[in-house]
Amino acid sequence: MSGRVNVRIGPFITKLILLGMFDALAVYAIFLSIQASNWIFVTVIAVIAVAFNWIYLRPGANPSKYLAPGFVFLLIFQVFVIGYTGYISFTNFGGGHTGDKDQAIASLIAGGQERVEDSPSYPITVVKAGGTFGFLVTDDGEALFGTATDPLHEAPKAVMEGGVAVSLPGYESLNFQDILNNQKAISDLAVPFSDDINDGTLRTQDGRTGYLYLSHLSYDADADTITDGRTGTVYHDGGKGSFVSESGDNLKPGWTVTVGFENFTKALTDPTIRGPLVQVTIWTFVLAFVTVFATFFMGLFLAIVFNKPHMRGRKIYRTLLIVPYAFPAFLGALVWSGMFNRSYGFVNEVLFFGADIPWLTDPILAKFVVIFINLWLGFPYMFLVTMGALQSIPAEVEEAATVDGASPWQIFRLIKLPLLLVSVAPLLIASFAFNFNNFNVIYMTTGGGPKIEGAGSNIGHTDILISMVYKIAFDGQTRDYGLASVLAILIFIIVTIITIISFRQTKALEEIN
Amino acid sequence: MTVTTTPTSSGVVLTPKKRTFKKFFNDTGWRHLVGIAVGIYAVFPILYVLSNALSPTGTLTGSNKLFQAFSLAGFERVLSNPDKPFGAWFMNTMIIGGVVAFGTILMGGLAAYAFSRMRFSGRRVGLLSLLLIQMFPQVLAVIAIFLLLGAIGDVFPVLGLNTRTGLIMVYLGGALGVNTYLMYGFFNTVPTSIDEAARIDGAGHARIFFTIIVRLVFPILIVVGILSFIAVTGDFVVASVVLSEPDTKTLAVGLYEIIANDRAADWGAFSAGAVMAALPVLILFMALQKYIISGLTAGAVK
Repeated sequence: MSGRVNVRIGPFITKLILLGMFDALAVYAIFLSIQASNWIFVTVIAVIAVAFNWIYLRPGANPSKYLAPGFVFLLIFQVFVIGYTGYISFTNFGGGHTGDKDQAIASLIAGGQERVEDSPSYPITVVKAGGTFGFLVTDDGEALFGTATDPLHEAPKAVMEGGVAVSLPGYESLNFQDILNNQKAISDLAVPFSDDINDGTLRTQDGRTGYLYLSHLSYDADADTITDGRTGTVYHDGGKGSFVSESGDNLKPGWTVTVGFENFTKALTDPTIRGPLVQVTIWTFVLAFVTVFATFFMGLFLAIVFNKPHMRGRKIYRTLLIVPYAFPAFLGALVWSGMFNRSYGFVNEVLFFGADIPWLTDPILAKFVVIFINLWLGFPYMFLVTMGALQSIPAEVEEAATVDGASPWQIFRLIKLPLLLVSVAPLLIASFAFNFNNFNVIYMTTGGGPKIEGAGSNIGHTDILISMVYKIAFDGQTRDYGLASVLAILIFIIVTIITIISFRQTKALEEIN
Repeated sequence: MTVTTTPTSSGVVLTPKKRTFKKFFNDTGWRHLVGIAVGIYAVFPILYVLSNALSPTGTLTGSNKLFQAFSLAGFERVLSNPDKPFGAWFMNTMIIGGVVAFGTILMGGLAAYAFSRMRFSGRRVGLLSLLLIQMFPQVLAVIAIFLLLGAIGDVFPVLGLNTRTGLIMVYLGGALGVNTYLMYGFFNTVPTSIDEAARIDGAGHARIFFTIIVRLVFPILIVVGILSFIAVTGDFVVASVVLSEPDTKTLAVGLYEIIANDRAADWGAFSAGAVMAALPVLILFMALQKYIISGLTAGAVK
């Protein structure tokens, strides 16, 4: 057949083109990574690129061709990040401890910089290339050039005019109007005076004169200490990711170090965390369990109600009932939170004739409201699922039981429900796991509130574990990634146990052959 | 009342009307009552938000009188606020949701095809690990995702924090997991004799997949696509951590912020935005209802 040749050549060329584009991107990405001296990225990209070429250029049908794209994303954004979370839980990563030691030193010294009385000043010209601003400085008739990341160095190509450097090839010199338009960027710009960070930076207020700013802190690389020139205090590396003085004062920012099990100990012993953590964990279980139970039985009840052949309007009811499932869940939760608003909400104003019931701010009521909203969000799914499962139970089962004299209730309880549970159990466990981490419904309705007295990081009575993690990591003043990761790991462990139990119970393992 | 409009069939002509009603009620009438009650419960919040969107005031009190006034002021407010660019959020959400849905279908489908049609060492382990990994929601690793994207952004700014591409990559990390498993089950129901016949005719495995199998498993592709679209557009945690610039936000992050501040909350604008945000998903869902329900119940029945 003439078609056979096309079959081979067409896809092959497509494959080559796609692979070529991929390789070009990979090479470009490797160049960028080398420029940024990020050797981890260079290695990862190179490995992926080589693996893809090897996989797709080998002849024949092999499964890795089909699995590779998905697995790359899976490995990086699912598997790696889980492992990385584990690593973070052993560090002091968080607000005040984000970078490495060099970055911390640089930022400490930069933060301590100020203009010293009669420090030297220089005529400057602000220049720009791309989005980067730089200073063209005239020092003793010599032109110097530097940017925020590139310390001042000689610029022999600069054009001099009246003894002052006014422009540099490849850069645009800013006029008065340009300077006004970029005032903030220019006044924030600090160009290092030399490679030694203790030499200070050059800054400008007006775009014409640069002043030398010196830090009252100086770093001594040999002794690994920072000295405060004003008070004479010497800070040394305290071993816990920050410089500490004799009297125990910490300099901020610090840097990231591993702290061993410190975060784990903190979670279990610090009273502002331990108490709320226990409370939150119990509530997380209660919420997930009650939600699954309530949604399942409501869904099942409705499935039985509408599992009636020839009933009129069955389709209309079904469509109405699955509306909450089709409505974006975060919006549903937000709308309900508005309706439960204490002062203006529909529930108090209309259903309770203007009563003043603190639905979302009372610890007990808020929990009921959350479960109520979860029920609204979750019952349609259970309705659909149990409906399908009910219809798959053969009618003969019911007939046989009726002949044997069983009542409808007996048929349901002893025959239908067990059969139903066999097929629905895996979904119930999945639903439990889902609700265990159902962040949206908590964050969008009560925001986790009302606050638990004495708890750190604004932890509230309706917070579940995952919203507690979020608050510790991203809400409020202190961002404690290390501690939050410890809690994430705790959830990992719980979810793993649920998974193992679910595998045992549903024998999902045996279905894979 | 629905119950009074009893259909009298020819079989019950001789019985008195009262008994007919009783019989009807015991048989299906009460079912209608339940249906109406639960129907109201299910739909009310949506009617409420619709009425709210069409109310001229932005307050919650004003919206408690349902459908008493008609105004498009809420829509105007939500569409014209430059600090909260709803249009950009909408586009971001659709682009991110669409790309991730497509990517999920493609990568999940390819993986499911391999698991279903090929026999190789590590197949069982692969399937099992997918099943295990899907139990770990990405939400839990959100700190690591935040730091990882920060590091990527230092080298490749287009893939870092505050970029759609960065967020899309993160979501694609979850593309396999549960979806592959769902598709795997469906792929297994397609007889292998079809592949074999095509192979004898000279078709390569890629051709078999893209021209034959894809058509046969179309319903499950739709289900996976829409479920991942809904999951992505509804995600708050990962999106809120990755996206912090007003222009890059998604609807979930942006709409939350409109009413996050209790005092300045503009519920009229929020509701108008919510109606517009929910509409595409609702329409998509209702249009593809048939597929979704069969996909979900297939999962239950096995």
